[in-house]
Amino acid sequence: MNVTAPLAAIGRPTLALMALVGRVVIYASQTLSHLFRPPFYGREFLQALVHIGWLSLPVVGMTALFTGGALALQIYAGGARFNAEAVVPSIVAIGMTRELGPVLGGLMVAARVASSIAAEIGTMKVTEQIDALVTLSTNPMKYLTLPRVLAATLAVPVLVGVGDAIGIMGGYLVGITRLDFNAAAYLKNTADFLETWDVVSGLIKGAAFGFIVALMGCFYGMNSGRGAQGVGKATKSAVVAASILILAANYALTEVFFSA
Amino acid sequence: MIKLDNVKKSFGNNHVLRGVNLEIPTGESMVIIGGSGTGKSVALKCVLGLVTPDSGLITVDGQDVTKGDRDAFLARFGMLFQGGALFDSLSVWQNVAFRLLRGSLKRPKNEAREIAIEKLRRVGLKPDVADKFPAELSGGMQKRVGLARAIAAEPEIIFFDEPTTGLDPIMSGVINDLIREIVVEMGATAMAITHDMTSVRAIADKVAMLHDGVIKWTGPVADMDNSGDPYLDQFIHGRAEGPIEAVR
Repeated sequence: MNVTAPLAAIGRPTLALMALVGRVVIYASQTLSHLFRPPFYGREFLQALVHIGWLSLPVVGMTALFTGGALALQIYAGGARFNAEAVVPSIVAIGMTRELGPVLGGLMVAARVASSIAAEIGTMKVTEQIDALVTLSTNPMKYLTLPRVLAATLAVPVLVGVGDAIGIMGGYLVGITRLDFNAAAYLKNTADFLETWDVVSGLIKGAAFGFIVALMGCFYGMNSGRGAQGVGKATKSAVVAASILILAANYALTEVFFSA
Repeated sequence: MIKLDNVKKSFGNNHVLRGVNLEIPTGESMVIIGGSGTGKSVALKCVLGLVTPDSGLITVDGQDVTKGDRDAFLARFGMLFQGGALFDSLSVWQNVAFRLLRGSLKRPKNEAREIAIEKLRRVGLKPDVADKFPAELSGGMQKRVGLARAIAAEPEIIFFDEPTTGLDPIMSGVINDLIREIVVEMGATAMAITHDMTSVRAIADKVAMLHDGVIKWTGPVADMDNSGDPYLDQFIHGRAEGPIEAVR
């Protein structure tokens, strides 16, 4: 047996991963390089804003509502072990704004938006619509990628903000109906312990996650293989990559924002 | 004049173009024929810059296609894609007027719509098609819309990629006639790729046969039947026996 075989088995996927990272970085920098260079496609940007922002609101809102409610139940049950049930409002608020709002919101947008962008652009690629764009003197990066990436980067923080409020409301509803909290006391506790930075840090995370979601959708769509199988693979890869990058970026940003 | 000089292109170990030499004089209609997978589409895409050749030189009117203002270069071209390549999210008239709604050729919306409807009429479609979406149209209608889009900005050079693939014989005839009429009417240089011999006879001034990555034969369409070239003879008569392997 060749003694270098195990090393080669590690080396090949490592090199492939590095090459993929390099291609994504180049793609991201090419996208950003078009930010200040005309022409700009305002109509495509507004359409992306509606698709990514407005139409994701129900799914992000429902996710936040149920998460806030479950969080209140969990914190109450856990807090009861050392007579700390009163922390429910503040922990729900901090948990939603710092972590669960942006992360779960980002993951839901990844599932909904990265998949649809990758499938749409992938289908355009295999049906030669991307080539048609080029022959019609239109840069696909400007026309397809930049509007989506920009829209997601701006829309996801707004979704996270709305999700935070709905999540806190979910905790509040469970708190006053199931856990016998006083409504006014619950709201006062929430407001007293919540700091501006808790909310702002979550919104910054939301912007980063929005950028990741749209970038992965566009990248894998543009690099889609042939046929239905190629588009399917591109769609799956976009969602997986966006989800993993969101979780990794969340850790990195939490480390930057909150490590002592 | 479009000139390909020793153009080579490989994808991994697949050497698609092995040194293509071809000249298409201005105002002439050249049809490249050849079996599936022989690199016809790659050659066409190399001219447009959609595929970058590994080596060789492609010039249009003496200008290297890889140099100079890309937008100005592409503005001289119109292209009909094999599957139409219409944008699903845009209505028919917005597809046809795509180039007229943005970029250097931008016109007011109403004017662009009028031109689109006029071009649709030119390819035999009624104005009520204008507000439909591509998915609502039959294959033949989509091909016509693609043709209308290709000619919308009055290009000097028009490319046709398998213009009759997937169409019934009657619709193929209609599209062939339209292509011929439009090319003559506009005085455009045309380059088409196909393996439909009816199409070749209908739209070509000259024919080039691409096989094994090189041009095996080129000449006027009238000389095609008496070329004496075994590759061309086998291809145009659709024989399984001959120098071209039937199983590729």
